[in-house]
Amino acid sequence: MPPATGGGLAESELRPRRGRCSPQAARAAGRDVAAEAVARSPKRPAWGSRRFEAAGWWALLALVTLLSFATRFHRLDEPPHICWREVQRTEESSPKGFSSFCLFFSPQMLIGLAGYLSGYDGTFLFQKPGDKYEHHSYMGMRGFCAFLGSWLVPFAYLTVLDLSKSLSAALLTAALLTFDTGCLTLSQYILLDPILMFFIMAAMLSMVKYNSCADRPFSAPWWFWLSLTGVSLAGALGVKFVGLFIILQVGLNTIADLWYLFGDLSLSLVTVGKHLTARVLCLIVLPLALYTATFAVHFMVLSKSGPGDGFFSSAFQARLSGNNLHNASIPEHLAYGSVITVKNLRMAIGYLHSHRHLYPEGIGARQQQVTTYLHKDYNNLWIIKKHNTNSDPLDPSFPVEFVRHGDIIRLEHKETSRNLHSHYHEAPMTRKHYQVTGYGINGTGDSNDFWRIEVVNRKFGNRIKVLRSRIRFIHLVTGCVLGSSGKVLPKWGWEQLEVTCTPYLKETLNSIWNVEDHINPKLPNISLDVLQPSFPEILLESHMVMIRGNSGLKPKDNEFTSKPWHWPINYQGLRFSGVNDTDFRVYLLGNPVVWWLNLLSIALYLLSGSIIAVAMQRGARLPAEVAGLSQVLLRGGGQVLLGWTLHYFPFFLMGRVLYFHHYFPAMLFSSMLTGILWDTLLRLCAWGLASWPLARGIHVAGILSLLLGTAYSFYLFHPLAYGMVGPLAQDPQSPMAGLRWLDSWDF
Amino acid sequence: MWGFLKRPVVVTADINLSLVALTGMGLLSRLWRLTYPRAVVFDEVYYGQYISFYMKQIFFLDDSGPPFGHMVLALGGYLGGFDGNFLWNRIGAENALITQSRLMLLESVLIFFNLLAVLSYLKFFNCQKHSPFSLSWWFWLTLTGVACSCAVGIKYMGVFTYVLVLGVAAVHAWHLIGDQTLSNVCVFCHLLARAVALLVIPVVLYLLFFYVHLILVFRSGPHDQIMSSAFQASLEGGLARITQGQPLEVAFGSQVTLRNVFGKPVPCWLHSHQDTYPMIYENGRGSSHQQQVTCYPFKDVNNWWIVKDPRRHQLVVSSPPRPVRHGDMVQLVHGMTTRSLNTHDVAAPLSPHSQEVSCYIDYNISMPAQNLWRLEIVNRGSDTDVWKTILSEVRFVHVNTSAVLKLSGAHLPDWGYRQLEIVGEKLSRGYHGSTVWNVEEHRYGASQEQRERERELHSPAQVDVSRNLSFMARFSELQWRMLALRSDDSEHKYSSSPLEWVTLDTNIAYWLHPRTSAQIHLLGNIVIWVSGSLALAIYALLSLWYLLRRRRNVHDLPQDAWLRWVLAGALCAGGWAVNYVPFFLMEKTLFLYHYLPALTFQILLLPVVLQHISDHLCRSQLQRSVFSALVVAWYSSACHVSNTLRPLTYGDKSLSPHELKALRWKDSWDILIRKH
Repeated sequence: MPPATGGGLAESELRPRRGRCSPQAARAAGRDVAAEAVARSPKRPAWGSRRFEAAGWWALLALVTLLSFATRFHRLDEPPHICWREVQRTEESSPKGFSSFCLFFSPQMLIGLAGYLSGYDGTFLFQKPGDKYEHHSYMGMRGFCAFLGSWLVPFAYLTVLDLSKSLSAALLTAALLTFDTGCLTLSQYILLDPILMFFIMAAMLSMVKYNSCADRPFSAPWWFWLSLTGVSLAGALGVKFVGLFIILQVGLNTIADLWYLFGDLSLSLVTVGKHLTARVLCLIVLPLALYTATFAVHFMVLSKSGPGDGFFSSAFQARLSGNNLHNASIPEHLAYGSVITVKNLRMAIGYLHSHRHLYPEGIGARQQQVTTYLHKDYNNLWIIKKHNTNSDPLDPSFPVEFVRHGDIIRLEHKETSRNLHSHYHEAPMTRKHYQVTGYGINGTGDSNDFWRIEVVNRKFGNRIKVLRSRIRFIHLVTGCVLGSSGKVLPKWGWEQLEVTCTPYLKETLNSIWNVEDHINPKLPNISLDVLQPSFPEILLESHMVMIRGNSGLKPKDNEFTSKPWHWPINYQGLRFSGVNDTDFRVYLLGNPVVWWLNLLSIALYLLSGSIIAVAMQRGARLPAEVAGLSQVLLRGGGQVLLGWTLHYFPFFLMGRVLYFHHYFPAMLFSSMLTGILWDTLLRLCAWGLASWPLARGIHVAGILSLLLGTAYSFYLFHPLAYGMVGPLAQDPQSPMAGLRWLDSWDF
Repeated sequence: MWGFLKRPVVVTADINLSLVALTGMGLLSRLWRLTYPRAVVFDEVYYGQYISFYMKQIFFLDDSGPPFGHMVLALGGYLGGFDGNFLWNRIGAENALITQSRLMLLESVLIFFNLLAVLSYLKFFNCQKHSPFSLSWWFWLTLTGVACSCAVGIKYMGVFTYVLVLGVAAVHAWHLIGDQTLSNVCVFCHLLARAVALLVIPVVLYLLFFYVHLILVFRSGPHDQIMSSAFQASLEGGLARITQGQPLEVAFGSQVTLRNVFGKPVPCWLHSHQDTYPMIYENGRGSSHQQQVTCYPFKDVNNWWIVKDPRRHQLVVSSPPRPVRHGDMVQLVHGMTTRSLNTHDVAAPLSPHSQEVSCYIDYNISMPAQNLWRLEIVNRGSDTDVWKTILSEVRFVHVNTSAVLKLSGAHLPDWGYRQLEIVGEKLSRGYHGSTVWNVEEHRYGASQEQRERERELHSPAQVDVSRNLSFMARFSELQWRMLALRSDDSEHKYSSSPLEWVTLDTNIAYWLHPRTSAQIHLLGNIVIWVSGSLALAIYALLSLWYLLRRRRNVHDLPQDAWLRWVLAGALCAGGWAVNYVPFFLMEKTLFLYHYLPALTFQILLLPVVLQHISDHLCRSQLQRSVFSALVVAWYSSACHVSNTLRPLTYGDKSLSPHELKALRWKDSWDILIRKH
């Protein structure tokens, strides 16, 4: 019987590195290199060499950072018009956006703030890609993104340095990222990706740093890196939900770490408890607090009503100033004759709506369309009437009569005077449901216009409250329930959402409604302030809306869409700007040399990693140096590989529309893996040929050729990022003519 | 029950008395009045239909899983009755499983193979300890592989169990590698044997299922349309009858019909007819007012096009024929109207970002004809490849605007007779099936005159060259289509969500007697469901507790007991998890019966936990006796519930509305009560 499946795992793997604390560790690595230098020039005095190596370490870091900044800021002002998705981003970050509530969140504030500070006046109407910025100052916002994007390279450099303790590996990684046209392009525009990647890499770096501080727990650097990890996590999650993956990675790392500490019998349980508490504080409480705080600020800043209101529930809207529900006072109980709007309880469905258009021929009965509509409109108004009389209940001679749970009512559309109606015809999209139409003339229809109004979870006889009561409409004749399927109608329905009457009586939010606006001059108004939702409710609701909005982006069948398997092979890029040969064209495409090297490295890593792992499991005795290198490969490389896996494979499960740029966080990890792998392999090679005189040269030559190769490929492909004018690459006249290595690249 | 308790860990080869008794009971409860509802029940509709296809050897396609399951059912039907696949089951009181296994559905067969796979792996694992490479070792190892592939072959859900077995085998193999008492060669042999049995055999078997499937169903049937032209041509009857004997190489002057490769929303052919685009669309945009070009989902004489050489005037094939090659410039002339396919910088009717495609009419208004297309063969072997009937997938790239002929997927309004819109896509972004076409029907045109040609177009094609698709090509296409076939996410009265399954908040009414209120429901024995979930929770908590204590070097259990505990849990709890969790990610319509495979694993865990509690947690004899009494009480309550729900399982007794109401223990259970 082999050792246990569960327990065996614990002893063997996943213990964190107990290295020296940085920056000493990094300096130590520098020392190796310097030691080589010393070996070559033995005359140099020892104290001078130490100072020299520290200076060299800083100089190298500065060089990497500088190069990164230089490439990112070069020609940042071109093109002077909106590229690709800058539309969305700038719209929400414009100070005008400050006054209208939008669905996107905190990072826009950062960009918006940067734009505000640099004098962007928010008057520019962001409409569609290609619009000119003209005199509007957009450089501040682009500069901010490029600034964050530039930090990716030094972050990756430091992470790899810490994982592998090898300057050459770190340099290689830095070169791959600096000279990758894709990362460069993505950092140059007003997009969320540079911010997201900044936080992901910051989290990774501080996690690695804090791992290497593990031998001095509870020291100042330990606390610093731990809390910095938490802060970066909050940032990453705040930008996009893709930030969840880095959280998962840090979480796995922390669990392994704690598991190791827990198994260390020299530590008392109290110490382990302290460790646990510290991590809970820094990695759970702190990020959550920050995350909610950014939301709080967001809600405070965006407190005015805007076009996105209809996505939110009635109660949510009540807190947006400018919305008609803000500080409003309306009658509390529904009475006959009231003019109301009816809102579906499911987020982002909208109001029950009708308009003077008929269902087209062949789609049910040719009667007036009934839909749901997300925006406020006069066509959302309905009058609630008794089913059997058509008298005007607002006639002052009649006493007020409240609508009660279980009453049979008729809903008359105010603008067209048609009744809400259903019958045994199939609904336009959901074939198993019944069609809902507007029927009758001036409120006179037939018995198919009768609905029973019911409050969910209530007994007979109670009045119906505005906003608070969750109500259902049950069709009297067929027994079906009024609901919205959430499907978008074709052109003839103005792309509003389908309303059906569903014979399946399952209780879903789609068939539950609430009354939002309520006008009845005969009733006294009450203030709505009591309805103001608490902050956690707001938080929850806005997340629900965002998740729904995200998953609603479904690809269409006949469109070409980017598939996750396209990405690592750099199958196809994204046009950022320009189509024709006269345009200024920017094309988001990874540097193929870098990307294909990365792809090769992953395969090579899996191969070499499993060979080493099997050899160790077989109990092979490795020489000290090889053992050290394989540790770097298995642990350092393993951590980075985990990052790549977590940032790449979940996309295969996503049903929403995907874009090429979703791969870039994974690409960062992949590049780090490449750096670690090639450096280790070359060192192993050099060690294997140690008897040979040129052995050490192999390592240097290998790294140098990789660096130079990358740089040269960047020289070839840089027009992709910095912009091209002139004929397309298919044309032999074009300067890019020989570079269209794949038919699927269209630049 | 008790005989079974020892099963996962101490597997004995001899069949003891209790095993026989349990088998007998299992069989009895499943076969009891099996013939009773002499009516079609629930999904039996579909499966029965598929079986009749087998009997008639007609090709069909079902998205629920690979063909093996259907074949098993058909075989059963062939031998004269569903032959009680349920020898395995030792839990006699589970209503849902009884219901499911009595009816002719696939789940029961799937569960059988799932459990067979796990059982034979355990047997194999025991053999491994004392006699590796013995005959029984080989037998059980191979049986594991076979059972896994059968499970996958029945429903794709079987993959989950396969993954579980592979995972456990991988962990054991890893320990084997670490065993330094074995020589390198020995380890290698072990690994090789496992790879062959657990990877190669299942793949080969899976292919075999398809091979048999395709041999059995060689006639064309109702699902032909979904498949590509090449696939259809390989079936007997249907398209093959038409395409049989067509010339292979398309030449200038050929008459062809062009089918869109993507075929969504419906498979269709490039089509044109006399009517023109309306001058002004409903939304105010204008059109070229030229002849409409659409995609039409039915065979029609208007689907015929003539491939014309732009440099010559004739519309017939010269002698010898000049084949069309990749990169050649062609014009496509509509057979019935002799107008040529054209596109220009006018917005398409429904997709304004693309160009309108029309058949050119010269209105003499300085809008010249732009009817030259460059032929690109997508699946070419070399750049000089010839355009072949059925086999070649081609794109038509417009010479002037480099737009690509594409099926947009939108339905035209009434003026276009609700046919599908064809557009010129300017931003052709990579390969997409909607821009790719293949020739389906083809003949060499010989008529010089239009009148003659029209007669020719109406007549069927002749000549004789047969061509066949290789098995692998047919297999990969069929497999791909099955995976890609997304059924409309239709709502069903009895559909449910995975969360409702654990608490048994849902049921499925299978059958209702036409007159009385006797009815069959898929409804679990709630005592067993609850205790199964409870056992799982207890197992998880206990494991966590032990694991933490072991980490601090406190060993509550002796080593071998611990290992048994872990292995049993990995298989049972793991089996439950892999068969349950993936459903949360699925977007298709789900039913209660999807949970049954997971449930069986959960029930297997139950005795493991009970045994563990009585062996290790009950310290004194008294505690042990009390615990045994509790188990007996629990067991009898389970039997009682089973007995109470019996009328709904067997559907043999008509109950009064009052009795039915009494059985409706949960509000969410949908029990049918007749109104009188």
